[in-house]
Amino acid sequence: QEAAKYEKKVMVLDFVTPTPLGNSWGLGGTCVNVGCIPKKLMHQAALLGQALQDSRKFGWQFSEEVKHNWMTMTESVQNHIGSLNWGYRVALREKKITYENAYGEFVGPHTVKATNKRGVEKLYTAERFLIATGERPRYLGIPGDKEYCISSDDLFSLPYCPGKTLVVGASYVALECAGFLAGIGLDVTVMVRSILLRGFDQDIANKIGEYMEGHGINFIREFVPIKIEEGTPGVLKVTSKSTKGNEIIEGEYNTVLLAIGRDACTRKIGLDKVGVIINGKTGKIPVNDEEQTNVPYIYAIGDILQDKLELTPVAIQAGRLLVRRLYAGATTKCDYVNVPTTVFTPLEYGACGYSEEAAVEKFGEENIEVYHSHFWPLEWTVPSRDNNKCYAKIICNIQDHERVIGFHVLGPNAGEVTQGFAAAMKCGITKEQLDSTIGIHPVCAE
Amino acid sequence: DLLVIGGGSGGLACAKEAAQFGRKVAVLDYVEPSPQGTKWGLGGTCVNVGCIPKKLMHQAALLRGALKDAQHYGWNITQPVHHTWSVMAQAVQNYVKSLNWGHRVQLQDKKVKYFNMKGSFSDAHTIRGLTKAGKETIVTAENIVIATGGRPKYPTHIAGALEYGITSDDLFWLKESPGKTLTPFVFNVSLECAGFLTGIGLDTTVMMRSIPLRGFDQQMASLVTEHMESYGTKFLKRCFPTKVEKLKGNRLQVTWKNTDLGTEETNCFDTVMWAVGRAPDVKTLNLDAVGVKTNSETGKIIVDASEATSVPHIYAIGDITEGRPELTPTAIAAGKLLARRLFGQSSELMDYDNVPTTVFTPLEYGCVGLSEEAAVQCYGADNIEVYHAYYKPLEFTVAERDATQCYIKMVCLREREQRILGLHFIGPNAGEVIQGFALGIKCGATYPQLMKTVGIHPTCAEEITKLHITKRSGLDATVTGC
Repeated sequence: QEAAKYEKKVMVLDFVTPTPLGNSWGLGGTCVNVGCIPKKLMHQAALLGQALQDSRKFGWQFSEEVKHNWMTMTESVQNHIGSLNWGYRVALREKKITYENAYGEFVGPHTVKATNKRGVEKLYTAERFLIATGERPRYLGIPGDKEYCISSDDLFSLPYCPGKTLVVGASYVALECAGFLAGIGLDVTVMVRSILLRGFDQDIANKIGEYMEGHGINFIREFVPIKIEEGTPGVLKVTSKSTKGNEIIEGEYNTVLLAIGRDACTRKIGLDKVGVIINGKTGKIPVNDEEQTNVPYIYAIGDILQDKLELTPVAIQAGRLLVRRLYAGATTKCDYVNVPTTVFTPLEYGACGYSEEAAVEKFGEENIEVYHSHFWPLEWTVPSRDNNKCYAKIICNIQDHERVIGFHVLGPNAGEVTQGFAAAMKCGITKEQLDSTIGIHPVCAE
Repeated sequence: DLLVIGGGSGGLACAKEAAQFGRKVAVLDYVEPSPQGTKWGLGGTCVNVGCIPKKLMHQAALLRGALKDAQHYGWNITQPVHHTWSVMAQAVQNYVKSLNWGHRVQLQDKKVKYFNMKGSFSDAHTIRGLTKAGKETIVTAENIVIATGGRPKYPTHIAGALEYGITSDDLFWLKESPGKTLTPFVFNVSLECAGFLTGIGLDTTVMMRSIPLRGFDQQMASLVTEHMESYGTKFLKRCFPTKVEKLKGNRLQVTWKNTDLGTEETNCFDTVMWAVGRAPDVKTLNLDAVGVKTNSETGKIIVDASEATSVPHIYAIGDITEGRPELTPTAIAAGKLLARRLFGQSSELMDYDNVPTTVFTPLEYGCVGLSEEAAVQCYGADNIEVYHAYYKPLEFTVAERDATQCYIKMVCLREREQRILGLHFIGPNAGEVIQGFALGIKCGATYPQLMKTVGIHPTCAEEITKLHITKRSGLDATVTGC
């Protein structure tokens, strides 16, 4: 869309290879269809379940038993996604961007072959190419995984309620999904191979796990599934092995959701035909600080980039800035430092900058100061909910005027809270400046 | 060493901070019952009849919205739902009482002496304290801090106003529902109260003579009231009440003048809640005896940048001081810094610039810095750039909620650096959104720096980092797409 502003002749190829269970979706990518958007909406459904309980303490009266209907929620969510798919198609058309629903792969220099659903092939040539194919969920590679398991690619449009669910994985995808499934009333178990939220601040990760456990989600730690098969009719039997010994356990679930990671869609798009180097192990594409691959006329952005963040706003920012550099004479590069993020688990976690471990490693424990506090959102007092579970900490660099180098908040609306702090960190905020800022009362952010 | 008169946000913060330095500190706190007889415990306005109960009742009203939304998200609740005032009020009042208790325990822990007495000056270092029963105690101190705050005003020129009306002092302590309510005049207190009363299902009318939220950005103020109107609050614009009479069966009849039509109108209400501003609580302090100067118009105590009054060793903080924002966090900060300057060898003065605030109306409004009008007045329209956007919170989509008034505006200097002068946000969780940006503005944040900040997706706050349409361009400022 940015390139079209500079009156360039632009084409977009988008194609969704169906999931092992046959699921597919429209234009917009992961975020819109099987990521951020449906995730946040289902998280909201779970939060509303909690709100219903709270509201009684605030004087509201309604039917004693309140149940959740999966189909009602999923239909509403899918309708919204459909409107976004449509919106994108209209936007592309209005901006005169050629769009083809076809699978693109390089067949030679400056040439791409596009194959549509019906197998019809077309060739296209271009001066420049941008690879932004993203990723898809990884499977375990064990008997029964592709036949019986679902992934986040299937969950948000599942035409039946998942019921008693086993979530395999400890990524933010795993925990967010486990969180909202439990929040709408389902029996949820999370199977974790080792640690929670690898790469995130571990102190906070453990608090998130504790909170989820305290709210009825079962955790099976240090086990991995080794076989999935049909158990009693309509139910799946999962056999798992301990990572610490030979113990084997079995369990029965209606649904097994795999959330063990995502693989870049770079191995089957003919990159070898044009000489684009990819990381053999991860499939990710290394680029320079201008998002250029080793082939000068081929660029890459988004989840497929090596050593970059897998986030929608980062991909959007990188894409726009790249185009402005190519066609508008701009020089601004994408700033990947202090990119804020939020994990939408039942107790939300917003973060920007260094985790405590990373700060200690980089600067040394004696050179950082960690300020922290538990807090109780005012809105949770009347319903007597979760006192002292919310938590905030900032990590400061003592040698640099106590500059804030890490921000972490665990509590409601963590994303809304974190955004402004990220802007402040971009301005180089110090502890002193933070102390001299007046709080807004009464809110969690203060 | 220190005597603090007034056990509210500012007073308690100052006292506790001074005690940290090992000083001998005492606090006098006394609540004169309201004309309707309402009184409360230690903690001041914020805790008892301000921020805390207001936000909790606002939450009760927001939960009504959550109940409606929940059905779209798959929860099967049989409508209609009912609200019981007494359940909410009791829960809120119980929580407030726990805070009163908490404050007393804290004072005890920090070895601050607490007197439940009304204080007045005998001389510059002597206070006469009077209990409810009339028992007198004399307290002397090296330093005295006046932090008595304010109380709601009554429009006593309106017949029946004092006898039959209530104020925010009474609203939060009502045991029974206020029923059909009229809130004349429009300070943020009345809008916030009218908002949550409407939200819990009561027939609520706001009467305003001229503009809502005077002192705030007027474009934002209109969006806030527009939303309230579409949400069910009734507005009587350009009207002012002339008398209040009691009818048989305890209902109230209010007569008012409609300045547009030049007519006189009447209607009946169960409750009339005045929100015509607050008056500083100085009358019984006997300030004349010591010569503490007050502003002749407002009655507030005049202080300098170090919170000192016209009399040495007598200071004042919080709502009672002239020219200061009437906010809890500024009172607390001022109190702490004062204690540190008096006893902790600090010289740091309070910075009252760029204080963020939030109006907790049904659709919340958070802001920091200058309003658009103030920026234009200060720098000239040609020297400022206003970026703005109409956005839709993701959660509103499935809930089929109207987002017409969800709006963000950022006022910047136009010259090269493009420093941010003011940020205004209307939407859910406005306070949570604005707080972090207030930090940025404290650091002198510029528009380019904000644009370099990556957004968190999907949130409302990220829309601030995506602002790019200016008012000057005249382009449609509606956010489209992901």
